[in-house]
Amino acid sequence: MSTPILILLILTSLGLFFGFILAYSNKKFGIEINPLIHIVEDVLPKGQCGACGYAGCMAYAEAVVTNPDVAPNLCTPGKDPIAKLVAELTGKAAAPMEPQIAQVMCAGTHSKAGKAYEYSGIQDCIAANLLFGGHKSCKHGCLGLGTCVKACPFGAMTMSADGLPIIDPDKCTACNKCVSVCPKQVISLKPLGSRVRVNCNSKDKGAVAKKACSIACIGCSLCMRQCPHGAIKMENNLAVVDAKICETQCSNALCLSKCPTKAIRPFVTGIVPGTESEKSVLAAYLAAGK
Amino acid sequence: MEEYLKLFVASAITNNFVLTQFLGLCIFFGVSKNLNASVGMGMAVTSVMTLSTLLAWAVYNYILIPLGLQSLMLISFVLLIASFVQLLEMIIKKHAPALYNMWGIYLVLIATNCIVLAVPVTNSELHSDFITSLIRALGSGVGFALAIILMASLREKLQYADVPKCLHGLGISFILAGMLALSFFGFSGMITL
Repeated sequence: MSTPILILLILTSLGLFFGFILAYSNKKFGIEINPLIHIVEDVLPKGQCGACGYAGCMAYAEAVVTNPDVAPNLCTPGKDPIAKLVAELTGKAAAPMEPQIAQVMCAGTHSKAGKAYEYSGIQDCIAANLLFGGHKSCKHGCLGLGTCVKACPFGAMTMSADGLPIIDPDKCTACNKCVSVCPKQVISLKPLGSRVRVNCNSKDKGAVAKKACSIACIGCSLCMRQCPHGAIKMENNLAVVDAKICETQCSNALCLSKCPTKAIRPFVTGIVPGTESEKSVLAAYLAAGK
Repeated sequence: MEEYLKLFVASAITNNFVLTQFLGLCIFFGVSKNLNASVGMGMAVTSVMTLSTLLAWAVYNYILIPLGLQSLMLISFVLLIASFVQLLEMIIKKHAPALYNMWGIYLVLIATNCIVLAVPVTNSELHSDFITSLIRALGSGVGFALAIILMASLREKLQYADVPKCLHGLGISFILAGMLALSFFGFSGMITL
């Protein structure tokens, strides 16, 4: 037999042989994938942010289709419409989804909170935090080096000149990335409907907190006593607002005017607390008799 | 026995495929950003390389040599490795879903990788017997895993270093790989086969 024909024969038979093996094993080992998983995955926003608690959109789609206990409303970037769609596709009860936004619970700008020392190392909050808990005089406040800004996959965060991150309410999807990356745990997700927020994360006693930062929550509990609905509680020298009660029952926000350090503020998105722009918003807010 | 031990160490360290022969660089740079991923990749490459080398040895010695068609070596090995990886992927997906979740994406990357092809080709060119081929494949796999795990550990540390802006990303990784290769160069000549 001449060589070219032999080559043709050998390669063809090798190819056919492997092809048949693959075809056979596809029958034998192939797994039926529920087509619904792909449909659900198509519906999800595919930011692969992991806010749902799964490795990515595909993993969540698989979990929500196959496991009846996984709720259809875990995708925070997708918000209500996506939750409804997923619930419809998987035949689960659609629980309403509370729109949330990330909030930096600190108002300690450069002018309000002092410095413990001059930091000139790597410009990253996690690195700075390793050095005696950071260069801010307050050990609980925002370090302002922008680790969260870099971590935000949606470009919703910018660092203001005062050294506090500003969150763009239109871009923030409440994906939790900044919350988990912050070494000070100063960022948290809050319902968008909240009326007031406590702009402080200091768990220090009043005098210590006040010395470190002029706008700190000193834990005086005046706001707690002022609130007729019991929406404010004190935890670790810090006022904590129950967003649900605050949102549904409060009509006059008495707590705002009583706070001696102005640590408790109206919930306004997209600005740095304690700045001039917020003051005008606050004035309008109080003037409207809210 | 001593010969085999020597061969194993030689193919893992002194003749490391990645750092002295510069093969398999695409996965070496692609999957070395994170230590966990690189461990998975190293294990996947080692197992695929060993198994496909055995198949390739059989194809070469029982089909190609008797027919005098050694010139078909490369193309038939490519065919073999690609189909074998597909087959392995199916089997793992069915019988070890946990392993599949860990390896899934890497297996497909390996299908077209030069380092997996290089080992059977070396074996065929040196006319190695079955055990020698097996040891060489295993050693090369361990060598690849060693190189990629070293690289991933270094790159993870590098995240906290103050790298000049012009070298960010792949630039500094290339320099790092060069230094690693240089240090492996120190092993050369330790074992002569």
